[in-house]
Amino acid sequence: MATALEINQVSKTFKNDRGGVHVLDHLDLTVQEGEFVSVIGPSGCGKSTLLKLIAGLDSDFHGQIAVGDHEVHGPSIDRGFIFQEHRLFPWLTVEKNIAGNLSLRDPEVRSKVNHLIALVNLGGFEKAYPRQLSGGMSQRVAIARALLRNPKVLLLDEPFGALDAFTRAHLQEALHDIWEKNKTTMVLVTHDIDESVYLSSKVVVMDAKPGRIKAVVPIDLPYPRTRSSKAFQEFRTVILEHLDHKPSEPDDFSI
Amino acid sequence: MTTITLAENKENTLKRKKRSWDRGLALFRALFLPVVALLVWEVLTRLGALPSLLFSSPSLILTRAVNLISTGKLWEHMEISLFRALLGFLLGGGLGLAFGIIVGMNRKSEQYINPSFQMIRTIPLLAITPLFILWFGFGELSKILLISLGSFFPLYLQAFLGIRNIDNKLFEVARIMEYTRLQQITKLMIPSALPNILLGVRLSLSVAWMCLVAAELLGADKGIGYMIQDARSFMQTDTVFVGIIIFALAGKLSDSFVRVLEEKLLRWQDSFKA
Repeated sequence: MATALEINQVSKTFKNDRGGVHVLDHLDLTVQEGEFVSVIGPSGCGKSTLLKLIAGLDSDFHGQIAVGDHEVHGPSIDRGFIFQEHRLFPWLTVEKNIAGNLSLRDPEVRSKVNHLIALVNLGGFEKAYPRQLSGGMSQRVAIARALLRNPKVLLLDEPFGALDAFTRAHLQEALHDIWEKNKTTMVLVTHDIDESVYLSSKVVVMDAKPGRIKAVVPIDLPYPRTRSSKAFQEFRTVILEHLDHKPSEPDDFSI
Repeated sequence: MTTITLAENKENTLKRKKRSWDRGLALFRALFLPVVALLVWEVLTRLGALPSLLFSSPSLILTRAVNLISTGKLWEHMEISLFRALLGFLLGGGLGLAFGIIVGMNRKSEQYINPSFQMIRTIPLLAITPLFILWFGFGELSKILLISLGSFFPLYLQAFLGIRNIDNKLFEVARIMEYTRLQQITKLMIPSALPNILLGVRLSLSVAWMCLVAAELLGADKGIGYMIQDARSFMQTDTVFVGIIIFALAGKLSDSFVRVLEEKLLRWQDSFKA
């Protein structure tokens, strides 16, 4: 398998009056093509920052990030991005949102858009405006919009965090189906352990202040996975233990 | 089952009848005061309680209007007024829109341009009019420039505001999808700022009408404003009223036109569900 994403010694500091906050500290991570990697960790561990660096939305960091053979210098369509909010353009219909700056009059774009609308199960809503959609539906449009550009890597930043439990479970399933059908490499940032075990081929557990990788847990369970199974619960426990494990140095409780 | 449906049908028809009756009643109530006022006006002038030379009367105004229309005089004045207002609006509004977008997009140009524009904006237009006449004469140029100066600012301000209010998160999306700079303007900034831009168009149009009157009252040999001024000096009060009514109608019509445009273009907004 070829490497889809290579992160090499990446460090990032946010500058402030007192010098700066060290959010990422010499991070190394390799993601193979077709892998589904989840990044999990306490808030403030820099997981979302990492995703923005990979996307090229922030290029103020040390180290190297490469997608395929190309080093990342800015945003590009080879990295799709799903945000926590759907971020659809409110003045465009569903199909036009998916097409974006591509013309629906192009028969190739047209057929791909139709295919994606079917894939995310939104048939009949092509001409609807975002305000007419539920949160879950909007997020599915956002997924279709990202997939239209055939990204090498799809980056997902807590995409289902703002949804209710039912919709979330439903969308996790939908995302899994898309991953199986399209073989798109995916990197998912989440704080939901169940979500990470349910979807991923490996889970990266991060530590906060400064953000470091604490453990990489390969999840070698066959799909489809059942959340109630014993093996699932065992993986859940392993990740929970990694997350709970306190570092030897004392925490500073300055408030 | 059928009987219920029939009963429901009957009820629905009754409801619909009731609703159209309500609407008719509302219209009647809205028209009540104006109609009474017109009647009182007419009666008072006929009785001689109001001097018809100064106050005219609804019937006199109507007769005058018919006369002005049939002789083609009204159209002669209206043609030139429309031409001035439209050209002034297109020139001033167009520039306002362009500057609003540029200044909205770019902080540096905001710092260079915006303070001066804000300063000029506060000057009453009537105060500048004498200068315009000195510089550009009594001809069409001074009038059109005065109208464009007036209609420049509402569109400039609204376009600027609209661009500034765009959600920065959408720019991130556009960058990720590799929108070119031009696509960011045409496919993100302008549609997103459209509610403000259309409001600017409405405000600019109404200012254009006002400036038109000012320009034509100050010195012209044609146009509705001139018609009013000319009629005043001959004490033709009814013609003055016809002119005022024409301005009111034109303002209302242009405003309705933009409203229709808003309803068509802003269907995506929550507030335009109707």
